[in-house]
Amino acid sequence: MSPSARPPRRRWLAAAGAAVGLAAAAAWAAWPDRPGHTTVAEVVPVGPEDDGTPVHLETTLYLPDGASAADPVPAVLLAHGYGGTRDTVAAAAAELARRGYAVLTWTARGFGASGGRIHLNHPDYEVRDARLLLDRLAVRPEIRTDRPGDPHVGVVGGSYGGALALLLAAYDHRVDAVVSMTAWHDLADAFLPESSGGAAVDGVFQRAWAALFFGAATAGPGALAGPAGGDAAAPGPAPLDRSPVEESPVERVPADRSAERAPAERTPAAACGRFAADLCEAYRRVAETGRGDPATVARLRESSPAGVLDRVRAPTLLIQGTADSLFPLSHADANAAGIAATGTPVRVAWFTGGHDGGPGPASERERLRRLTAGWLDHYVAGTAGRPSQEFTWSRISGFSTAGRGVTTTGYAAEAYPGLGGERRLAVEVAGAPQVVVHPPGGQPAALSSLPSATGLASFVNGVVTDVPGQHARFESAPLAAPVEVVGAPTVRLRVASPTGEAVLFVKLYDVDPDGVATLPAGLVAPVRLSGLPADLSRAAPVTVRLPAVTRRIEAGHTVRLVVATSDQAYATGTALAVHRVAADGPVVLPAVAGTPLAGPEVVWRRVLAGVVAVIAVGVAGAVGVARLRRGHADRPAPADAPPLVVRGLRKEYPGGLAAVDGVDVTVEAGQVVGLLGPNGAGKTTILRMVLGLVRPSGGEVRLFGHRVSPGAPVLSRVGALVEGPGLLPHLSGRENLIAYWRATGRPARDARMTEAVRIAGLGDAIDRKVRTYSHGMRQRLAVAQAMLGLPDLLLLDEPTDGLDPPQIAQMRRMLARYAAGGRAVLLSSHLLAEVEQTCTHVVVMDKGRVVAAGPVGEVVGESGTVSLAVSDPDAATRVLAGLAGVRGVVADGGGLVVDVDGLPRADLVAALVRAGVGVERVAARRRLEDAFLTLVGEDTTGSGDR
Amino acid sequence: MSGRVRPRPRRDGRAPGYRPARTLTVAAEWRRQAGRRRTRLILTVLVALPLVMLAAFQLGGDGDEEPGPSGGRFSSMVDLATTGGLNFALFTVFVSSGFLLVVVVAVVFGDPVASEAGGGSLRYLLAAPVPRGRLLATKAVVAGLTSVLAMLTLTGTALLAGTLRYGWHPLRSTVAAELSPGEGLVRLLLVLCYLAVSLLAVAAVAFLLSVSTEAPLGAVGGAVLLFIVSSILDEITALGSVRTFLPTHFSDAWLGLLSTPLDLDGAVRGATSALGYGAALFALAWWRFLRRDVTS
Repeated sequence: MSPSARPPRRRWLAAAGAAVGLAAAAAWAAWPDRPGHTTVAEVVPVGPEDDGTPVHLETTLYLPDGASAADPVPAVLLAHGYGGTRDTVAAAAAELARRGYAVLTWTARGFGASGGRIHLNHPDYEVRDARLLLDRLAVRPEIRTDRPGDPHVGVVGGSYGGALALLLAAYDHRVDAVVSMTAWHDLADAFLPESSGGAAVDGVFQRAWAALFFGAATAGPGALAGPAGGDAAAPGPAPLDRSPVEESPVERVPADRSAERAPAERTPAAACGRFAADLCEAYRRVAETGRGDPATVARLRESSPAGVLDRVRAPTLLIQGTADSLFPLSHADANAAGIAATGTPVRVAWFTGGHDGGPGPASERERLRRLTAGWLDHYVAGTAGRPSQEFTWSRISGFSTAGRGVTTTGYAAEAYPGLGGERRLAVEVAGAPQVVVHPPGGQPAALSSLPSATGLASFVNGVVTDVPGQHARFESAPLAAPVEVVGAPTVRLRVASPTGEAVLFVKLYDVDPDGVATLPAGLVAPVRLSGLPADLSRAAPVTVRLPAVTRRIEAGHTVRLVVATSDQAYATGTALAVHRVAADGPVVLPAVAGTPLAGPEVVWRRVLAGVVAVIAVGVAGAVGVARLRRGHADRPAPADAPPLVVRGLRKEYPGGLAAVDGVDVTVEAGQVVGLLGPNGAGKTTILRMVLGLVRPSGGEVRLFGHRVSPGAPVLSRVGALVEGPGLLPHLSGRENLIAYWRATGRPARDARMTEAVRIAGLGDAIDRKVRTYSHGMRQRLAVAQAMLGLPDLLLLDEPTDGLDPPQIAQMRRMLARYAAGGRAVLLSSHLLAEVEQTCTHVVVMDKGRVVAAGPVGEVVGESGTVSLAVSDPDAATRVLAGLAGVRGVVADGGGLVVDVDGLPRADLVAALVRAGVGVERVAARRRLEDAFLTLVGEDTTGSGDR
Repeated sequence: MSGRVRPRPRRDGRAPGYRPARTLTVAAEWRRQAGRRRTRLILTVLVALPLVMLAAFQLGGDGDEEPGPSGGRFSSMVDLATTGGLNFALFTVFVSSGFLLVVVVAVVFGDPVASEAGGGSLRYLLAAPVPRGRLLATKAVVAGLTSVLAMLTLTGTALLAGTLRYGWHPLRSTVAAELSPGEGLVRLLLVLCYLAVSLLAVAAVAFLLSVSTEAPLGAVGGAVLLFIVSSILDEITALGSVRTFLPTHFSDAWLGLLSTPLDLDGAVRGATSALGYGAALFALAWWRFLRRDVTS
């Protein structure tokens, strides 16, 4: 590669790089998504509604590429959450298909475009539908079967789908594995919770969630569409389902498209929307009275796994959210206990999220994905090892660092300890018995959780309030050591009430030393106590199980037990009531010692280590290569090599312009060589190449016999002033010299600082800041800097620029002395006079080429030619032709040009005068052409006056 | 003046006493930079900022117009800033890390080579000769030391002033646990370490521009401009995972260093990203500078 070809080539490379980048971007944008599976959408007839209306379900089957009758694949039945459709689980289905499962999704009865009504996973409806789907899976040749009619299948679902998964496993033993997320155990307990061991029929109605649950189906856009004309863009009720299976935490509300298709199918009771009549009636009853009734409880139990868990044979993974006031951790706990009782493998995992908290941070979603995949891969596909039985959970550990929300830390313990924890820590809470009032009308009410509040905010801070006068507080002393609370704390209360009955909400705050109280996940324990005495001293203690939480209570924090009479989310009736409340004994905190989970992010630590290693190796390699190169350049040179030899030096700049073209210059010891040429002749470029600042395109530079490369050590014997001074304006003149010498790293005594300061001749100004210097002062300081250490070769670029005539003369003398001492000087100038007066040798340059070179006397000094202006040229010619020592005479315009050979000009003139020829002018001619002298500037007045 | 020509002492023809490894030492470069106005100005600002904030907290009173949830992290930091010296220092670092420190680092890394080139002194250093790689190494090390000094000055002033005013109390944050003063100090230093590493990307961009131009302002401005563009792109959530490749994406990851137990994940990714960008861009700066024609 010729060096001159580099610039165009580089440009070409850059263009090619840009083109490749663009092409890659375009390809990336235009590349079709390869899903890795095919989908089959079908409408499947299932059992009719009880009024005989036929029902069809919309289904989609995801078949991974490569599934065939010869190579059947295991299957997954993927159920959507409440208010969802088969489309809301599409992303999860595609992911499972990528893992090699055939995935069947469907829109459950009563939702989306599927027909029928909502029976809340009733065994005769939704569960039976799912069994029919299993039948269909069994007959597909691409799907692996255990026996004819028995597909190899796992059931996965969240929330509504999670409960269906459990119920299906209970009612159909063809299910080989279950992954159930945020599912309920007992729907009656979910809507009518009671935390002191009371029956669901006495539970406290969770009206906010119930309204959302039922309202979503009764007042959805579909239900509103008919008579009102419908506004498709009308905002529906808040999203209900927060199942982690679903792609988006914000879901669509069930659109009653079946109603549009078949208006006749609409239920006459418009208020029920798509709910089955029995559920609709039960909801109305409970919502109106605020109390449960045996029929409702019985109906909800039919839709619950609670009674049928002993039938589940499929290994089950239960995932429950810590921020879930609808189906709290206790539901998963009950499900786990029920399934494990028969020896069926069960694994429990808690994540930060849930119906209140959403799908949780990305790290949590990833953990759940892995858990699910591991469970299915072992129990369904059989491709993975047996999943560990360890119990994993997480808690909020801080703010999110990459965006909004929180970060969590995951933990693992060897086995699931239940809600009671591994260890229990009793924390005494103090406080006198207090009177609490339930306000008439139930308002204002305390605020703990906000069903439908989107995102994680609801359990991070702020929204929790208690109403003064309506709650009792019992506070502990600051904790001596931090506690990792994992499970459900318990506490004993004594309550007295003249009415004999009380509805209370028990909550446990974590209070920091500033008094900021945090209610973990916004969870409360509702209790309904009856048969209470009017007198507190006769009240029997009641044990309340608080909601299970995962929280680290730090040392120095206190625990605050609050017993409130009202809560926005619950129906507490309208009667005015006054209760007396006392804490009876300590709060018992369950704790589990877990080991922190290494999240998937841990891989980045290895990446970081790798990056650090690569950097270390790279730096070491670069340093090694540099050393090696320096060693190669370390060749001895002959001792008598001249200070500077430039041979065939060429420099082309991009565009092909040659600034320097084949220049030869030699500077011998003792010489002051002038580089003479007009501005732009290439003088400075040559000096830059000599100093290794600019790379030559061709030719070479040798200093004292050593070839010059950038930073070659031999440059330490060269002092230079190139293209004006380069000084640090914030330092004084002296400090500049010191700073420069310090940068060379050479011993201070070698600097010859006093001599340099004398050369600069700045007087007291040497200690002034350079910022205040005139042009000439800077120039002198720069020359002094170049001469620091008395270098063997001095390169001076227009050194007299800005100097006045006495200073120029002084410099001239100094340079002559300098070279006479055996050193050498190369100076560049565009002034003939300067070169003539200062230099011993000259190199004349024009347009990058050398036009003349040699001793000054020979090149620019007076030559043997004399130009005469005479009164009689013909007579003069005759006279001169006869003179000895005259080689020839040529007429030149009005005058004569005489080529003399040693004859002094005085004798010449004398001879002419003697012959009677008048001499008007005698001029010694120089060897260079007049034209060139004009070009380079024949300025005999010196340069100091510029 | 008319000294004798000394014998050639070494095979490579160097002058006696010249050793490439002794040229432009860190101390020499430090002295070249220390007296500069910009260095003093930066340090003055960094000392003044915590004091001004302290005065503002004292005099301004309740300036909370909008304590809404949108303030979130920020308002909680403000609320806690006056609870102790450590928290005040942390708050100072928090408000400075977003932009002030970026500008400081861009100036400190963008200026040194470009200003030498612009002032004409670069050619004299290279002809001294200071080997080009060594020149860059020294400049980079001194710039790094200056940056660290700047961060320590800011934090130290804030810590000192805050402790004198608010006392030596545990480090607090809203979600994470309270940290004992000793532990809090360690965490504060960890945060500074992370910030220093994460600013490597900005430093490398500034340095690359610095070796490519003679205009120091161009190098500094270019680096800051790229930082702003990257920050804006990072706000566009529609870019999805592409954002994780932005050098500014993990600029807040130091918040994880305050939680208990330490949440290193964000910081590790941020450090990986910053080191990756830093290494690549510094290498590019070296590569360019070693091959460049110095025409300044």
